Amino acid sequence: MIDEELVQLLSPEGERVSHPQYQSSLNDEEIFGLYRDMVIVRRLCNESTSLQRQGQLALWAPVQGQEAAQIGAGRALAPMDFTFPSYREHGVAWCRGVPPEDMLRVFRAVSNGGWDPQRYRHALPTIVLGNQALHAVGYAMGVQRDGSEEAVMTFFGDGASSQGDVLESFVWAASFNAPVVFFCQNNQWGISTPSTLQSRVPLYRRAQGFGFPGIRVDGNDVLAVYEVTKRALENARVGGGPTLIEAFTYRMGAHTTSDDPTRYRVDAEVEVWKHRDPVERVKALLVRGHNLKAAAFDQVAAEADAMALKLRDDVLAMGRPDPITMFDNAYAGAHPLIEEGRREMIELGISGGAR
Amino acid sequence: MATTSMTMAKALNEGLRRAMEKDKKVLLMGEDIGKLGGVFRITDGLQKDFGEDRVIDAPLAESAIVGTAVGLAIRGYRTVCEIQFDGFVYPAFDQIVSQVAKLRKRSEGAYTMGLVIRLPFQGGIGAIEHHSESPEAYFAHTAGLRVVSCSTPNDAYWMIQQSIEHDDPIIFCEPKSRYWEKGEVDLDNAPHGLFDAVVRREGNDVTVIGYGSSVKTILRAAATAATEGVSMEVIDARSVAPLDIAPMIKSLEKTGHLVVVQEAPHTASVGSEIVAELTERCFYSLRAPGIRVSGYHVPYPPSRIEDDYRPSVDRILDAVDRVMGFES
Repeated sequence: MIDEELVQLLSPEGERVSHPQYQSSLNDEEIFGLYRDMVIVRRLCNESTSLQRQGQLALWAPVQGQEAAQIGAGRALAPMDFTFPSYREHGVAWCRGVPPEDMLRVFRAVSNGGWDPQRYRHALPTIVLGNQALHAVGYAMGVQRDGSEEAVMTFFGDGASSQGDVLESFVWAASFNAPVVFFCQNNQWGISTPSTLQSRVPLYRRAQGFGFPGIRVDGNDVLAVYEVTKRALENARVGGGPTLIEAFTYRMGAHTTSDDPTRYRVDAEVEVWKHRDPVERVKALLVRGHNLKAAAFDQVAAEADAMALKLRDDVLAMGRPDPITMFDNAYAGAHPLIEEGRREMIELGISGGAR
Repeated sequence: MATTSMTMAKALNEGLRRAMEKDKKVLLMGEDIGKLGGVFRITDGLQKDFGEDRVIDAPLAESAIVGTAVGLAIRGYRTVCEIQFDGFVYPAFDQIVSQVAKLRKRSEGAYTMGLVIRLPFQGGIGAIEHHSESPEAYFAHTAGLRVVSCSTPNDAYWMIQQSIEHDDPIIFCEPKSRYWEKGEVDLDNAPHGLFDAVVRREGNDVTVIGYGSSVKTILRAAATAATEGVSMEVIDARSVAPLDIAPMIKSLEKTGHLVVVQEAPHTASVGSEIVAELTERCFYSLRAPGIRVSGYHVPYPPSRIEDDYRPSVDRILDAVDRVMGFES
């Protein structure tokens, strides 16, 4: 439908599609689990947008439309794998076990990070486009030196694919055969810049020029994303080197809550993608293929609502940090300017000095 | 105290070797650092002895050298990145400023950015463009980084080891024009802390502060000044960021006159910072305004005329005369 080279295992209507190289390995319960993840992440996203509109968040980067790409990829990971996201990977963060309220600390503007990346094996949001791709390759080089069978995955978008850091990371991953998977969510738009301005060729084909496989997957098909990612990760773990996955998807909402997509894209395009909704097609499969009853869906919706309520409470409870905390962890060792800043803040009564 | 005479290049090489022997997590990464031993031979023989996994010949991409070192740091490795020349560090500037400097804070201490970025800097080797720059101020200005510079083989040997052991990211500036000058290296005891400024020559009339290649030039000027009856106290700043300001204040309380020497142009420079700090902290000790002797505010010139760009003995002595003559 979108592209003959696209790996798809589930049609937009929720019908299974056969593919010569990939079959879904998931049972009904597991597919329902992915559906649940997607519903919760969409609810998380909608609640966050509301919180921003109500003045409770400085900004939000909506993920709506990309849930299958992120949940499919996130659930394909093994616990010991390590992930390096951009700033929109709320679905991946969810899969890694990052508490939703921690995802919102950056957007509440009370932190520049929000969680312990070593604990969840999920790095912090990276806002400068593409920087994280090099971190992933470096981390993967460390995995190689440790002789460990772990895979590393990094996330970026079609916009970041033009960044030198992403292209340098391709070079290095190939040269060192690093156990890394590059997961590019082509959501068609980099703010107002169409993906056609980033590349003349489908993005996944760039990998060939760097000497490793690239594959395009229907990013709105969670079953396909899961299988394609799982295989790429397994290949990386056993020394097969890097893979570029282009998840062909769509950013249904704005780039961020500060953006106005009506200025650069037409409604008709959005309408087309509404019919390819990642959540609805799994629901259709579950209803049609597995005869799942309404009560099961209601239960997931209730669970998502409960999560959203708790998230709202948690966010509203996040107060202004004590200004003196800005000095914490700026350096590991003692630093005279840090000590001077702390002292001044206390002397001026800006902070009580509680740490 | 056993000391050995060696060049700064050899001292750096020995310092790297010792750091690698002490800690298996120490890696070296850079362009042409393996078989070739680096264009300045600082890593000579290290790949042969420690293997290609620890002495990594990098594809030619500076942002990737630093960016992958960040990932290695997250994994618990300590990577010493070699940037081949000062003028080639700018492709890595984004990673250094946006990531290296900020990741410890962003992760609230979960990440240790224990990496060292070695930067052969300053001019004086008759090179073509981009091979003689002094970019230290860009990094000194960035919170989260530390910037140090060695001026002697002994400091080179110890400071590189201290930098590798330190948990903060360090921009390690090596005065390439001094690589081949010999000095005594004490292999047993570190002479100073990594961030200590050091008095290289005691004097009473004027305090002259510099770092890197400038230190030796200042010492030459001091020898000449002494024959003219002017007693210069020479301070090697060593740590460019943070500055070790206490010994500088102590010196100024004695001399009352300040000259700062650097190869970088002086607008928004480390030299400006030293003058501003000292003016703020010991205004009443100063008997004249502090003067900076710097590179001129032009792109680094063709090297046939670089000696008229870099602070010379004559320009330093002229500044000393001006600062000493201010009162009369």
